[in-house]
Order: sequence, then structure tokens, then C-alpha cells
Amino acid sequence: MRKASSDIAAMEGRRLGLDGIMTILSFILLFIIVVIPIFMIVYNAFFYQGKFDLTLFSSVIFDKENLKAMGNTIIIAVAVTIFGTIMGLFYAWLLGRSDIPAKGFMRALFTIPYMFPPFFGAMAWDLLFSGRAGYINRWLMSTFHLRTAPVNINSLGGIIFVECSYYFPFVFMQVVSALERMDPTLEESARIAGARQSQVIWKITLPLVKPAISAGALLILISSLAHFGVPSILGFSKNIYTLPTMIYALINKSGGSFDGIRQGTALSILLVAVVAIALVIQKKVLSSGSYDIIKGKSMRPTLIKLRGAKYPLLFLACLTLLIIVIVPLVMIFLVALVKAYGLPLVWKNFSFSNYQKVFASTATMDSIKNSLLLSITAGIVCMFLGVMIAYVVNRIKPKGKNVLEILSILPYSIPGTVLAIGVILSWSGAIFKITLYNTIWIILVAYMARYLSFSMKSASASLQQVNSSLEEASRACGATHTESLRDITLPLIKPAMVSGFFLIFLPAMRELTTSILLYGPYSRTLGVQIFALRDAGMIPQAAALASVAIVLIIICNAIVTWITKDRKGA
Amino acid sequence: MEKNQVVLRHVTKRFTTRTMGTVTAVDDFNLEIKEGECFSFLGPSGCGKTTTLRMIAGFEDLSEGEIELCGRPVSIKSKNLYIPPEERDLGMVFQAFAVWPHMNIFDNVAFPLKIRKTPKREIEARVKEALKHCSLDGLEKLYPSELSGGQQQRIALARAIVTNPKVMLLDEPLSNLDPKLRETMRFEIKELQRQFGFTIIFVTHDQSEAMAISDRMMVCDMGKIMQIDTPENLYRKPNSRFVHNFLGESTFINIVLKDGKVFPKGDNSQAIDIEIPAGAEQEMVIATRPNAIKLTKNSGFMTHIEKRIFLTDKTEYLVQVGEQLVKIQTPHRVVFAPGETCGIEITSPGWYPPEDKEAEAERARRQRF
Ligand SMILES: Nc1ncnc2c1ncn2[C@@H]1O[C@H](COP(=O)(O)OP(=O)(O)O)[C@@H](O)[C@H]1O
Ligand SMILES: [Mg+2]
Repeated sequence: MRKASSDIAAMEGRRLGLDGIMTILSFILLFIIVVIPIFMIVYNAFFYQGKFDLTLFSSVIFDKENLKAMGNTIIIAVAVTIFGTIMGLFYAWLLGRSDIPAKGFMRALFTIPYMFPPFFGAMAWDLLFSGRAGYINRWLMSTFHLRTAPVNINSLGGIIFVECSYYFPFVFMQVVSALERMDPTLEESARIAGARQSQVIWKITLPLVKPAISAGALLILISSLAHFGVPSILGFSKNIYTLPTMIYALINKSGGSFDGIRQGTALSILLVAVVAIALVIQKKVLSSGSYDIIKGKSMRPTLIKLRGAKYPLLFLACLTLLIIVIVPLVMIFLVALVKAYGLPLVWKNFSFSNYQKVFASTATMDSIKNSLLLSITAGIVCMFLGVMIAYVVNRIKPKGKNVLEILSILPYSIPGTVLAIGVILSWSGAIFKITLYNTIWIILVAYMARYLSFSMKSASASLQQVNSSLEEASRACGATHTESLRDITLPLIKPAMVSGFFLIFLPAMRELTTSILLYGPYSRTLGVQIFALRDAGMIPQAAALASVAIVLIIICNAIVTWITKDRKGA
Repeated sequence: MEKNQVVLRHVTKRFTTRTMGTVTAVDDFNLEIKEGECFSFLGPSGCGKTTTLRMIAGFEDLSEGEIELCGRPVSIKSKNLYIPPEERDLGMVFQAFAVWPHMNIFDNVAFPLKIRKTPKREIEARVKEALKHCSLDGLEKLYPSELSGGQQQRIALARAIVTNPKVMLLDEPLSNLDPKLRETMRFEIKELQRQFGFTIIFVTHDQSEAMAISDRMMVCDMGKIMQIDTPENLYRKPNSRFVHNFLGESTFINIVLKDGKVFPKGDNSQAIDIEIPAGAEQEMVIATRPNAIKLTKNSGFMTHIEKRIFLTDKTEYLVQVGEQLVKIQTPHRVVFAPGETCGIEITSPGWYPPEDKEAEAERARRQRF
């Protein structure tokens, strides 16, 4: 029965029904969006003028600078993973198992790093601690009569710190939800067996949440390996490069020439290799251990009484969170108001002149428009593509459905930088002489590849909930296949489509990694424009635009919350 | 005389939550459970059984009162004395088995001994022994996920007996098993008790399970102890309408007293011939069991058959008594046709005050939690 719908189409005597069209369309689209860019990268890394050629590849790989960038990438990613995991675990335990007050408040703070791009944080910390110019550094130097800047954020340590502050919620979220789902009697029976509270934590709780910890930690590792924003903001001034920022620098330096792109391509292969290793580890670890810890009726875990340590810990936890989450945001707003970068942050130096400049500049206004246009278009297109592919994979189940599924999820694991290069190689005239280079459309293609998996997963999950007998019942009532799809299936998965849209719209609004490689003179995005303003030394203006972005993001998030809440009530 | 193994004095537990306000989950419990006894806590869900057990285990603080285990005070609210669960030397088995999925069977059962730093040789011998008693020998190397529910519950039992505790706490240990297995496990638990001689506190909401396993039991409702006695006495002499109803199928007849006679409510034409106990009020409820009412041709309270239902092991009749339909169960050989005139005879029923709407509502509120 599982191919009922397509069988009926065949029985109706039509060789190419709606199902057939959707299946073929899915394959073609994924081929164009995903297969071509990946193929172009591999091809250009190993072939030169039609011949197999390893010289470029080996020269790039054994270049000292590049090796150093790779070392940095790995050092940063590993350090961020370790510190982020420790931090995430600490907070997860505090909120999931202790009787600390203000849990709701802290939870709300944890959602903030998810909302804003890490490079905003990098900008803010740079304003505070960059060399002798940073606000806090200068204050410390004048107060304590220091000769040199006490803290240098433009360092590996600085990069690690800022990435950590954005990525530790990955582990926190995973572990806290595992702790909440865990049957408390698993821990209680260990107490009865004679174990002290601390022994229970080490011997029962930690081993049981280990799968959640590794899932979160690997997510951090992979995200950090491919991360562009923070190391580019903090590292460029001190010539600290990671693989993604090195690729950007190479291409930028060569002014978009083919040679630069080819070098970037070879580096991309290196980056993909590093990420692939992490992905393989992830797959191994995740498949090996996942226990059935969700049992039992009583879901009230015994909370550990912190007693005397309660308020000191609360203070520490809230302070850390505030510093990590709130300070950067506040800093951006303050600097946006200051007349010139470096002036003390006091009332008489504040004005709205930066905002006036920002809103008067067509380039800036264009970047806002571009980002809105790109995010909305990518959101809508991916929403429908995602549903179509999900439908083909889950319902039509043609031969090669696994290929289809893998292809739609694959780009998500490919670092954004690499994806951008693939898109450049494909759509700068190499295929059918189509040139999208320097137009907004090349960015759209990249966004689609990057975010398609979000909407496809959301639609898939929802389709699996909608029993196919519902559609069959509609056909039994006399509706055609198309009518059943339109009147039964689509309305039922509409919530998933809406959330799929926002899953794409929100990150696309703040995207930097791919657009920075793809933008042209008239196709800057919001992220690119902020980056460029800052690069040009117009730091207060960059901050002003960033603060506009923050407000935009908050408004969009509020709308999303409102819409999703509304639906739950209905 | 036997020693008291578990003693509760004035034990009270109040919970305060934002949604429900303050709920007295356990209200002034006084219990004395004897050495080697199998004692059940029986009551509908939400009546405070688990809370009481968790206070004995040391997972909950008391709001008032004190608890003694094997002659040793373990919780005394007024003196702020509190011994943590790991120092109470108890065995405990939970409803959801709570076997640790990351350890194999051997390690699960060996855990309490390892924590106590028992020598390795001894651990092996005792785990082996415990597994044998729970018919799990040979499965040491398997992981819990490879076993059935019944086997997982046996691991939990083996883990509980391996330290030879004096008191064993069981919180609805059989309710996650299918009915057949439930009966077998009941026997196995009793058999283990016979061999090891521990005291059992057995929590359940299933009255037949409680009756089958217990030496004595406590029936509670909405945080209050209703009655403590042997299963037989509880069934025969329930002291309240609630206990009567909870321990088996019940027939309640609302009655009115007039001129020293008993009339069914809503019909003053014919009296029911039963003795009126001292202190009976004007309006009462008499309680009996459907199979304890005698159906006759022409004696007792005369009425007629309203409906007849033929069941597998009995015949059920509904007869009109006053404004109520009363259920009667008879063996198949007692045959009456629908509409036929008949008499019913009731002997020594229980007498209770009329039902209390408020209490019903409160019970429903607690079960919702
Ligand atoms: N941790 C708790 N917080 C708030 N109320 C609780 C808690 N534990 C139990 N209760 C309340 O105490 C009452 C008794 O619960 P419980 O002992 O679990 O009942 P039982 O085991 O008999 O079904 C219920 O009304 C329940 O709502
Ligand atoms: Mg219970």
C-alpha cells in the first residue's frame, strides 16, 4: 500500500502524473542547486585546463601560511568545544537538577545567542578590548597606569572566548532536555543502592546524558570549524587566519580573479576534509549510544539543594550570562550613538548622527532591502521546495529517494565559505554561459542550497505525522490526486511550512559567511554592509547599522513567537 | 511479640505549588509495620501512597512527624534529624524498573556492593546468588535493553535483595507488566520474602493485587488513612463507604428511616427487613456486595426483575428498589425472567452516611495532578 498514490496515477493510464513531475523536478532542482557546485569545487581543485593536476593542490596544502591557518582552525574549534561543553554542562546541571531560583529568567537569556550572529558579539568585544583602543583596555590602562593593553581580544584566546559565548547553548540545550526527559527513579535507585549524591552524578547521571553531551559538543566542533564571522572580525588585524577566513582573504586579495578562486578551491577541499572527519566522528558517536531514559510516570526529579551555595551560584550564573549575552548588545547600541569611535561613552558625546548617516546612505538602505528580499524569497522558495522534496521522499518513495534525501541535507554540512566558492565556480559563466556573478541571484542560489535542509526536515517531520490514509480517504470521496494534495495534505502540514519559512528567513537575515564572498557592488546584504563599514573604519556607523539589525531581528522573532503561539491556541 | 520494623508517627506532608496551592498529600499517618510483614498501601491514584513511601526512603522531607526504621530514627522533623536515602539500608523497586541502561545486568546488580566497597570475590558470589534467586542466571553480560519488561523488573529485584536489606519498598512494581506476568511476579516476590525474611511495603492501586500479597494493608484516600487491617477483615468489615467500594464490587442502597423501619429512598410502601444499628441517622446508605444479596421467589423485599445479563461466570440482575436500580449477581442456576416478580434478602449490610459531593470533587482534583 505504500505506493498507493503513484499506483493510482499509473492505473489512470497517465504515464506522467503529478507524482512523476514532482519526482523529476526534485531531482533536477537538487542537481542544479547542490550537485553542480560540489562537482565544480572538486573538479577545479584537481583539474586544470581539462587535465588532472595536483600541483596547485599540493602547493596550497603545504603552504606555511595555510598550514598555520589549519592549525588555528583546529585549535580554536577544539578549545571552543571543550570550554563550551564545560560551560553548557554547568548551566544544564544548574537549571536541570538544582534548586537555583530564576530559572525562567536564565532560560530566556540562553535563547539570545541563538538570535544574533556571532560577528556582532565579536564586534562588541573588539570595541571593548582591542589593543590600546578598546574602551575597557584604555580605562584599565589609565586607572592602573599600565604601559600595554592588559587584554588582547585580537588573539586566538579572544576568538575562542567569543565563539564559546555563542556556541555553549548547543550543549546546554541538548543536556538540559535530556535531564528533563530522564526518569528520576534512575538516580533515586542509585541513592537507595547506597550511592552519595556526588557518586550518583558521576556514575549514573553523567553516563546517561553522555549521548546528549557528545551530540552538543560535536555540533559546536563542526560549527566552529566552519565559522567565519568571529575570526574574521577579531583576527584580520593581527594576521590570525583560520581556513574559512584564509579562503576569503585569498579570494579578496586576488580581486576575484580565477587564480585566487582556484587557490580558495583547494583550501576548501582541506576545510571540507577537516569537517568531514568531525562529521564521521559525529555519526559514529551518535549511533553508538542512545539509551532509553525516557520512562516512568513521575517526572519530578529530586532537585539538589544548593543550600549555602545557592545565592553565590545564582549571582555567578546570572553575572556570567549577562556579561556574555547582554554586554555586547548594549555596547553596540552605545557605540552607535557616539559621535566618533574612541570618544568616551558619556552623554555629551551621544547623538543620532550615525543613524542619520546610515539611513541617508543608499548603499546601506539597499543592503537592508537586499537582505529582506533575499531572506523572504529564499524562505518562500525553500518552503515549497522543501515540501515537494519531503513529499517525494516520504510519500512517493521513488527509486533513489535516499539520494534525494542526502542531497537536500548535504549542503548543511558543507561550510558556507566552501558552498559560496562552489556557487561562484558554477554560475560565473562556466555552465551554459550563465553569469549570475555580482547579482543578487547568485546569493539567492547559495541561500537556497544552504537552507533547503531546514524546510525539508520540518516538512518531513510533519508529513510523517499525517497518515497517508487521510489522502486516500479523500480520493475515495472522489477527489483527484491534485485536489487531495491541495485540500487535505497541504493544509495539514501548513504549520510546518510556516515554521520552515521562518527557519530560513531568520538566519538568512543575518547571514554573512556566504554573502561576503558573493556580493557585488549592488548586491550587498545587511551583514556584508556592516562588515564593510567596519572594515572601512566607520565603526560607529557599523554599530548603528548593527543595532538596526538587532532591532529588526528582535521584531522578526517577536512576530514568529506571536504567530506560533497563536496557532497553538487555535 | 514481633518487633516493629517501620514506624510512622504523625507523619504529614504538605506540597505547595503555584497552580494548586497547598495540598496535604499525607495527613497525620501513624503506622507500625512488623518485622517480616508484607504490608500494602492501597488507594486510588493521588491518595499519597508514593509520597509516604518516598518519605520512608528519604527522598522527601517531612512537614511534620517522625519515622523509625529497624528501631533507628531516620527522620524527626522537630529535631531536624534526616538520614539520607543511601544510609537507610533499604531495598527499593520502582514502577518503571529504573535499571541503568548503560550497565549490563551484572554491573546493575553489583552496583550496591561496589558502592559499599565489598571485596571483588564476594561481589561475584553475591551477585550470582541474587541472580539465581531471580531466575536471571546466565544473563550477566546482557544489557537491559535486550531484556523483556518482566526480566528488567527481576533485575531491579535482584539489585534490591543483593545487599540483604531488612526492609523492601515496592512502588507499584507490577503495574507496567502484563496481567499474566503480574501474577507470577507476585508469587516470586512472596517467595523471595520467605527466603530472605525482609519486611515488605507494597504500594498499589489494585485491590486484588494488594489482597493477594498482603498480611495487612492500609487503605487511604485523599491523604488520610481510612482503615488498617488484614485483607479479609477489610473486605468483610469496611468502616467506610469508600473502603467498601474500593475493595470490591459494591451495591449501595439509599434508605430513609421512618417509624423504626427501613424504607428505600423514594418508596414508603414497603420496608426492608434489616436490623437498624445504634446511632443511625434519618438518611443513610446501606452497602453490600452484588453476590451477597439473595434473590428469592416470594420472601424479603418484593420487587421485579428489570433486566437480566448473562455473563461468563454469573448472571447479573437489575431490580428496582425504591428509586434505584440494584445490581445482584447469582450463579447461573438461579433463573428469573425479565419482568418476573421476585424478592431480595439483604443480611447484615454496612451502614454509612450519604455520599459527600465535596469529597468526590477533591479526589478528582488530586488525581488530575
Ligand atoms: N513534588 C510534588 N509537588 C506537588 N505536589 C505533589 C508532589 N508529589 C505529590 N504531590 C501531590 O500529592 C498527592 C499525592 O501524590 P502521590 O503520593 O504521588 O499519590 P499516589 O502515589 O497515591 O498516586 C497528589 O495530590 C499529588 O498531586
Ligand atoms: Mg504513586
